Amino acid sequence: MSELLTINGLCKYFDGRAALDDVNLHLQSGRIYGLLGPNGSGKTTLIKIINGLLVPQRGEVLIEGYAPGPESKALVSYLPDKLYFNNWMKVVDLLDYYGDFYADFDRARADDMLNRLHIDPSMKMKALSKGTKEKVQLILVMSRRAKLYILDEPIGGVDPAARDYILETIIGNYDPGATILISTHLISDIENVLDEVIFLKEGHIVMAAGVDDIRAHEGKSVDELFREVFRC
Amino acid sequence: MAWSIDNDRPVYTQLVEHMKQSIIMGEYKPGDRMPSVRDMARMAGVNPNTMQRAFQEMEREGLMFSNRTAGRFVTEDLTVLQNVGRDETMTLVGQFYEKMRQLGFDTKQMVHFLEEYEQSKNSSKES
Repeated sequence: MSELLTINGLCKYFDGRAALDDVNLHLQSGRIYGLLGPNGSGKTTLIKIINGLLVPQRGEVLIEGYAPGPESKALVSYLPDKLYFNNWMKVVDLLDYYGDFYADFDRARADDMLNRLHIDPSMKMKALSKGTKEKVQLILVMSRRAKLYILDEPIGGVDPAARDYILETIIGNYDPGATILISTHLISDIENVLDEVIFLKEGHIVMAAGVDDIRAHEGKSVDELFREVFRC
Repeated sequence: MAWSIDNDRPVYTQLVEHMKQSIIMGEYKPGDRMPSVRDMARMAGVNPNTMQRAFQEMEREGLMFSNRTAGRFVTEDLTVLQNVGRDETMTLVGQFYEKMRQLGFDTKQMVHFLEEYEQSKNSSKES
């Protein structure tokens, strides 16, 4: 195992208030990580910094040794927490767009996943439901042969049946050497597929541990532990 | 369909239990080649790393062996398989026994209840 993502002493302030306060994180290749925390704990801020969409006041982020920029973006496939495609585009336009943009985009893999989820590529985005749009966006992201997949709330908007299918898609469609970082608060749906969880609370990492270690030592699920740590 | 996995116990130990049961029930027979880690992980609805760990545990306990080129196989050592079958049986019997003891019954009464249960089951089948 080698280190893929290194974060040292990361601080980010909004209007003088710390959104992230001295965050240190080391992610290894070939693992699936859950980034867990309540609303406002800094999950999306951290993810945006890794993707170069926000600039921290202090600290460093390195992805295979590269600071966020064109080199790191070629390695990272990112699913934002919002839909960002134009509604007038057809699904097939988006496939072309992704193919032009990313050298590691695997068109055959995308076509196969669309087919299995019964999504017609000739449909316009505006004709699709919110859940289906989210599926299209996830398919595009998972069809890149990236080193690191960062998925911000990938299952929030879809029904439980589709959730199972999407999780299967996520674990079935990444290369063994790749790493996945998933942020969510739907912990019980996802904890069986995670290797490790990172608990973020008010901008601090309060815990980083293996799912099976937590279950073996605490005798409870990650979901239960989360409810204890973050009891309101 | 994903395997049913409890949330409060380590995932890999539950995968090991599930695979042992599949072998006892004859779903995988001695000498059978097991599916790949990836395929098995997809079937179970878990992460391939966790399935890998479960396979390693199966190998450690002598239930499976891997061949560098050909894949991973169920052991052909019948003694090992019989022992696993016996362990699983004793676990089931133990659960029944402890619950019945809590209700205040002794072994003789348990045997009696088992016979009575079998009879009522058979007679309801005939009617």
